[in-house]
Amino acid sequence: MTATLPPETGAAGASAEPPLAASRPALAQDWRRLVRMGAVGAVAQVFIALSNMPVRLDERVIVKPVLSLGYLTLLIVPFAAGHRVGHQIKREGMPQHAAGAHEVAGGAACGAVAGGGLSLLAVLLANFDLREPLVNWSPMLAELLAFGNATRFAVVIWLLIGAAVGALGGGLRLLGPRTRRAVVTMALAVGGAAVLEPLVVDLAEGMRLEALTDRLYARRGGINWTSALGLAAGSGILAVLGRGRIQQARAHIAELEGAQRTRTNGLLILATAAVLIVLPLFAGKLTNELLANVGLFVLLALGLNVVVGLAGILDLGYVAFFAVGSYSAAVLTAATSPRINPELPWLVALIVVVIITGLVGLFIGAPVIRMRGDYLAIVTLGFGEIIRLLFLSDWLSGWFGGSQGITKIPGAGIFGLTDVAGTDPRRVFYLVLAFCALAIYVSWRLERSRLGRAWMAVREDETVAEAMGINTVNVKLLAFVVGAVLGSFSGAIFSAKVGSVFPNSFLILVSIVILVVVIFGGMGNIVGVIAGSAVLIGVLGGPKQPGLLAEFSEFKLLIYGALLIWMMLARPEGLIPSVRRSRELHQQEMAQDAWLKGQVEDDNHDDGGSGPQATPAT
Amino acid sequence: MSATNGTPPAPSTGSPTNGDGHRPLLETRDLSVDFGGLHALDRLDFEVHEGEIVSVIGPNGAGKTTLFNAITATVDVSAGDILFEGASLMGLDANRVTARGIARTFQNVRLFANMTVLENVMVSQHCRTRQHAFGALFYTPSFRREETEIRERAEKVLSFFGSRLVGYRFDQPAFTLSYANRRRLEIARAMATQPKLILLDEPVAGMNPVESAELTGMIGRLRDEWGFAIVVIEHHMDVVREVSDRVVVLDHGTKIAEGDYAEVSTDPRVIEAYLGHGTEAS
Repeated sequence: MTATLPPETGAAGASAEPPLAASRPALAQDWRRLVRMGAVGAVAQVFIALSNMPVRLDERVIVKPVLSLGYLTLLIVPFAAGHRVGHQIKREGMPQHAAGAHEVAGGAACGAVAGGGLSLLAVLLANFDLREPLVNWSPMLAELLAFGNATRFAVVIWLLIGAAVGALGGGLRLLGPRTRRAVVTMALAVGGAAVLEPLVVDLAEGMRLEALTDRLYARRGGINWTSALGLAAGSGILAVLGRGRIQQARAHIAELEGAQRTRTNGLLILATAAVLIVLPLFAGKLTNELLANVGLFVLLALGLNVVVGLAGILDLGYVAFFAVGSYSAAVLTAATSPRINPELPWLVALIVVVIITGLVGLFIGAPVIRMRGDYLAIVTLGFGEIIRLLFLSDWLSGWFGGSQGITKIPGAGIFGLTDVAGTDPRRVFYLVLAFCALAIYVSWRLERSRLGRAWMAVREDETVAEAMGINTVNVKLLAFVVGAVLGSFSGAIFSAKVGSVFPNSFLILVSIVILVVVIFGGMGNIVGVIAGSAVLIGVLGGPKQPGLLAEFSEFKLLIYGALLIWMMLARPEGLIPSVRRSRELHQQEMAQDAWLKGQVEDDNHDDGGSGPQATPAT
Repeated sequence: MSATNGTPPAPSTGSPTNGDGHRPLLETRDLSVDFGGLHALDRLDFEVHEGEIVSVIGPNGAGKTTLFNAITATVDVSAGDILFEGASLMGLDANRVTARGIARTFQNVRLFANMTVLENVMVSQHCRTRQHAFGALFYTPSFRREETEIRERAEKVLSFFGSRLVGYRFDQPAFTLSYANRRRLEIARAMATQPKLILLDEPVAGMNPVESAELTGMIGRLRDEWGFAIVVIEHHMDVVREVSDRVVVLDHGTKIAEGDYAEVSTDPRVIEAYLGHGTEAS
């Protein structure tokens, strides 16, 4: 902001973009801000390096000889810092400066500071041995940082790499919106192709297109650099050609009303369902396994969404219902269950499971539901652990096998049509898909009913809801039970799929992951919740289930945490928010927008009417 | 809406009766609410008859809102009894009180801000409707019929306020409304619970004189057209003069005066409660 004074532009129209002021000179930087941001980047990079991410992920190649996921984790930081440092805060009536050498120079300087962190780390690694407190302080890390050369090389190269990458980040601001979109699309296409490699290979095998993937991917993983260039060019061209088409289509759909809207939505749902039904036929074991895992978590997340998203009850012990569902299905179907083993067919058992979980939901809910806010969250957390400890305990081991769990669960047979067992992930996926459809239907219908409105009212203001004639205890309890039953479906399928249940499958971590999925995807929105599961569980992996980036499993929680923090800062309503939720979070801004558009009538209550007139006229 | 049936009128507890000798719609007997050592309400006898508009006035901290809270079971009653249509409200949850036929608004407007205008009014019909999860899941004819009824009733209630809360406003979230409209919506929400008695807590607070005068007229219409009995807490004396059949003055949780506006406004105890002792103000 130390640059030339902005020329007066006067009141710019609300719709027209204000004209850009001349770009700032390259060296007139806000140095304090720049160094601060660079230092944050440096700390972040050292942290990433010492978390052992680069060494672990070096195996996973993105572009064959050039870039591995490990180096990517280090490069992304100076890039982000360099991009961020050129950010101008938009101020009403103040013109924006055009991007120019200033941004590139600033990005380079900031990136160099960030890279300096690694230079320093390389020096320290070479001269000290801090393996005692820092377990990842290894020669391998030093070697990786120095690209196999001497330490001196590492010091220089990271400063240079930081500066270069930072300059690239800053340079991104020079591009017009269209070019930038193309560049981002290209990066996403290459990154996506690399991340989805196992999936793409698997699918290609199913469709007999191995020739294509052999061309795209190197033999031992990673994209060939020639194909990477081709892919980037192709997606870039596509992005330029199809610019804004998708957004236009989406806006068009959003504008539709009434019957047309219903029909379009119906078509979209049908298309999605068709893809989901046909896809597994071509997919191999790996993809189906992945889809089944994602589906199990979609089911859980939909259940929790009823509780947290609709009724606003922060349940941190949701895994309890997953556990009860799994265990009761196991006891009812497995011949090896210790005490009672009726060996019911899976579907019959499911009915009993639903009743049992519903009762457990009532039993846990009844005391819990009278509490509010933080207290409720803590108590549900406790109940979640209690259930797991009960299954683990010696006291009940005669029933549930204690830490031995229950094994040899036969799997799910449905009218003799299919026999789902762990050996065939495709059938598991179809089963999960059917129950997901059921859960989606239930959430969708309930949300638009008297009960759903009551849930919303309770979420908004419980005291007032009570005063408006809503029995809040009953209504909340019902949300709890509906959530419990949906969770038990997932549990019953889970035990049939895995073939065994152990208490340590139901750690508190599962509750947290489901909650993160719901928050990340968009609380209160069915599509959002599904998207959240697909991204988090599909790509990063569930608490015990590997995702596409299996190498990440060690750092899963770290990344979950980082994603959650970023989400809360940048987009608190989630990936695909519900309309209501974003209203809630952006109430003031939206009210302001509406006011600017003249949709809100004047609030012209002057003091004449509102002053205290407490004295009776005499 | 008639509440009188064959039961004998409840024995009067000495408070002046204003009606025609019928049993009062709402009656409190020796009602006390204590907050620690503070007597927010102290052995209060208060009654409302059918079709009556009663104003409750008094200085700040006199216990007016506490009276509303006690009637609607939002605070615990320490002693005494509250009778509605001859039956005690003691021990009922707030939602049961509303189901019996008492609705209220709040001094600091408390709408369901992120629900739409229509939803606000639809959700408050909860205790008058009965469709549950089953109907919603299977989309039964009775579910559809009831949804239509709820919607129609909501639209009817909202149209009471003229063009202000209808049309495109149905689907606007409540927080986009202006202050005056929020107050109106709160009244609409109370009306939709299909009560016999509405408790209005400072309905015109924060409105300008024009809006205030308009709402004053509406309070009269609420009684005449919808048949509600109404209790109003109000600080604006012109509103009180305009709407009240009877005025009750509270101070320190006790009733210090009661009667029509002219009587109350010249009562020396009332003037003292508002302005303090003449001797002290030297």
